[in-house]
Amino acid sequence: MEDLQIKKSATEYDVIVVGSGAGGGMAGYVLANAGVKVLMLEAGAYFDPRVDSHQLKWAWESARRGAGTTRPFGDFDAAYGGWELEGEPYTTKDNTEFAWFRARMLGGRTNHWGRISLRMGPEDFKPKDGLTDPWPITYDELKPYYDKVDRMIGIYGTVENIESEPDGIFLPPPKPRLNELFIKKGAEKAGVKVITGRGSVLTEALPNNKDRGACFFCGQCGRSCKVYGDFSASSCLVIPAQKTGNLKVIPNAMVREVITNKEGKATGVSYVNTIDMQEYQVNAKVVILGASAGESARLLLNSKSAAHPGGLANSSGVVGKYIHDSTGSGAGGFLPQLMDRKRYNEDGVGSVHIYSPWWLDNKKLNFPRGYHIEYGGGMHMPAYGFMGGIQSMNGAVPGRDGKKKPAGGYGASLKDDYRRFYGTQVGMAGRGTSVARADNYCEIDPNGVVDKFGIPVLRFHYKWTNEEVNQAKHMQDTFEEVLHNMGAISFGKQGKETNYGLEAPGKIIHEVGTVRMGDDPKKSALNKWCQAHDCNNLFVVDAAPFVQQGDKNATWTILALSMRTAEYILQQRKKLNV
Amino acid sequence: MNRRDSLKALGIGTLTTGLLLGGCKPGEKETTEVAKSGTEAVPGRMPAEVEREKKIKEEKYFDEHEMATITLLSDIIIPKDEHSGSASDAKVPEFIEFIVKDIPSHKLPMRGGLKWLDMQCLNRYGQAFIKCSSKQQTELLDQIAYPELAKAEMQQGVVFFSRMRDLVASGFWSSEMGTKDIGYAGNAPNKWTGVPADVLKQYGMENVVI
Repeated sequence: MEDLQIKKSATEYDVIVVGSGAGGGMAGYVLANAGVKVLMLEAGAYFDPRVDSHQLKWAWESARRGAGTTRPFGDFDAAYGGWELEGEPYTTKDNTEFAWFRARMLGGRTNHWGRISLRMGPEDFKPKDGLTDPWPITYDELKPYYDKVDRMIGIYGTVENIESEPDGIFLPPPKPRLNELFIKKGAEKAGVKVITGRGSVLTEALPNNKDRGACFFCGQCGRSCKVYGDFSASSCLVIPAQKTGNLKVIPNAMVREVITNKEGKATGVSYVNTIDMQEYQVNAKVVILGASAGESARLLLNSKSAAHPGGLANSSGVVGKYIHDSTGSGAGGFLPQLMDRKRYNEDGVGSVHIYSPWWLDNKKLNFPRGYHIEYGGGMHMPAYGFMGGIQSMNGAVPGRDGKKKPAGGYGASLKDDYRRFYGTQVGMAGRGTSVARADNYCEIDPNGVVDKFGIPVLRFHYKWTNEEVNQAKHMQDTFEEVLHNMGAISFGKQGKETNYGLEAPGKIIHEVGTVRMGDDPKKSALNKWCQAHDCNNLFVVDAAPFVQQGDKNATWTILALSMRTAEYILQQRKKLNV
Repeated sequence: MNRRDSLKALGIGTLTTGLLLGGCKPGEKETTEVAKSGTEAVPGRMPAEVEREKKIKEEKYFDEHEMATITLLSDIIIPKDEHSGSASDAKVPEFIEFIVKDIPSHKLPMRGGLKWLDMQCLNRYGQAFIKCSSKQQTELLDQIAYPELAKAEMQQGVVFFSRMRDLVASGFWSSEMGTKDIGYAGNAPNKWTGVPADVLKQYGMENVVI
């Protein structure tokens, strides 16, 4: 240990960005393009989809045939990480079931995400339910940034004029698949609206962008795209920002804490190189955190000093509180009408072709806010788990001879059944608003647990309440009705014993809200520009500033907020305020 | 990036002109340098994944008798027919040997299930499953292959056989032979223009609009 030293850089950057996902990537992109000298620190490996994507590989090219053994979403999925990372634990309190997904790589979780790109609506920012908290900004204040994100990154969809589901600037959407037409018919009979999906996939070449190719419809966005045909922060933000010459990326740099001076202003960060375990300190005029809602809260809470005794930007005590993930519950079945269906390529895009925006009035319901429904199904590439549990299908309908046969079996007739049932399956999943509550929180583990770098870890405390459980029950009732109306045979409805299939918080990977923004410094950590009330050269640009998430997936709002914050930083630099 | 460049990036374009074989675009070099500071030896794989897979492949779990039983069962579950070969033609037993080491929760149920099967055969027919006549094998499998018809005392066998059937299906249909047989037509660059007209007509979906 005699060699232990901290390598201090003499260079002072204009800005340090911690994290390279949607939030960090966008801030880095905007600032680097404006001529600001940016250092970006990424805890994971360098990742360029052009080189590192497993796109177009066949299942048999994987020894585990695509199983999710080392990657939760399958062997070809882009994410380097998962809910559990070797040597990087987190703990829970009071039997909390919280699962924390981390992707340690350039672009973070945007390399593997579903590309479902929804704007939050006016009432998501200023709710009228009397229960959920308002944001310090309105939809109209964020709308110009959503518009810019649409133009810059590209999104398909259709103009629908639904107030709670604001339209964007859309590329043409992919056509629906056969199963989705059945879903549309069944859902409509149940009174559930179905509209074209909205996804950040280039169904056409993006105007004025020569670096990205158009989608060629392999349906594998989750593997990340070699031609940059979908949105990943790596391919669309960080790598282009590097090309300006103004942004430098240091991968494998796990930030330990934000360093502040006597006046309490941020002067830089310290990090450990995860490969050689050397310690470093780097300096900048401005520090931006985009490490993820969990990691940014952890960093602030671990950055204690005389000026910030409760952790940086935490004089209010709210850092870590109000964490909330989307609710999630799913169902599935198969369509006997589709047995022996004609084969053709229906891979389509790797995001949703259709979805159901929230369609009901909560006044008549026993839960606030709502959920949207995402749908899937069809003729996918066979991989590990292919038609598992066929005994739940092949006894339910008559065989070729018109007679029912016992479920299960083996031999030539079973082999034929796999062919007959191929592509008949449908699935649906609800994603809903959960209420941001102060008593759902993450904190630094008080029992001294540290990760392999010696950094104190997070402990989570999170309980679902009746609001979320009632919502999940409503999802299950809706799914069953839609499946029935489609003529599908359901794989079964989830009941009270499983909390109606309500997933543990963190499982939907939309956790937000840990460093909330607000006008009152006593009740929030950040102002409406995502600038720390207690430290004016510190900003947070991931999902941590969210006050209350709608049922919409977080990424598009992260991008718009981060772009807005980055432009604010540029203005403040001109005024010499930061 | 135009379509030709896209195909080139995928390494699947038919390159008829040297023009497409040009060097990096301005700025790409810088990206590559940063990439080299990473630790990956295999593109798109974390070093821990590569090491783990190597280690698994060096281990052996099933013994020869177990492998022979797995092979026989695999081919009974998915036999050769006029469309494609059998499970063992598609190397399903090798896949099963790998996957139980990769997903260790399969190990004990598989080993125990194979043993259960042999014990049943030993008690009924005086020999291990693979030594039984095909009539005897069928007679036993018929008691565990149909969950709804199976007797309560055969429950262990039902659970084992359901797992076995799922593993064989995974291994067979995800093989090159199985993928071709099932008729999966994707995993290739194309332009998705919607459900073919004849299929829309077949299901009466011509007028359904999203």
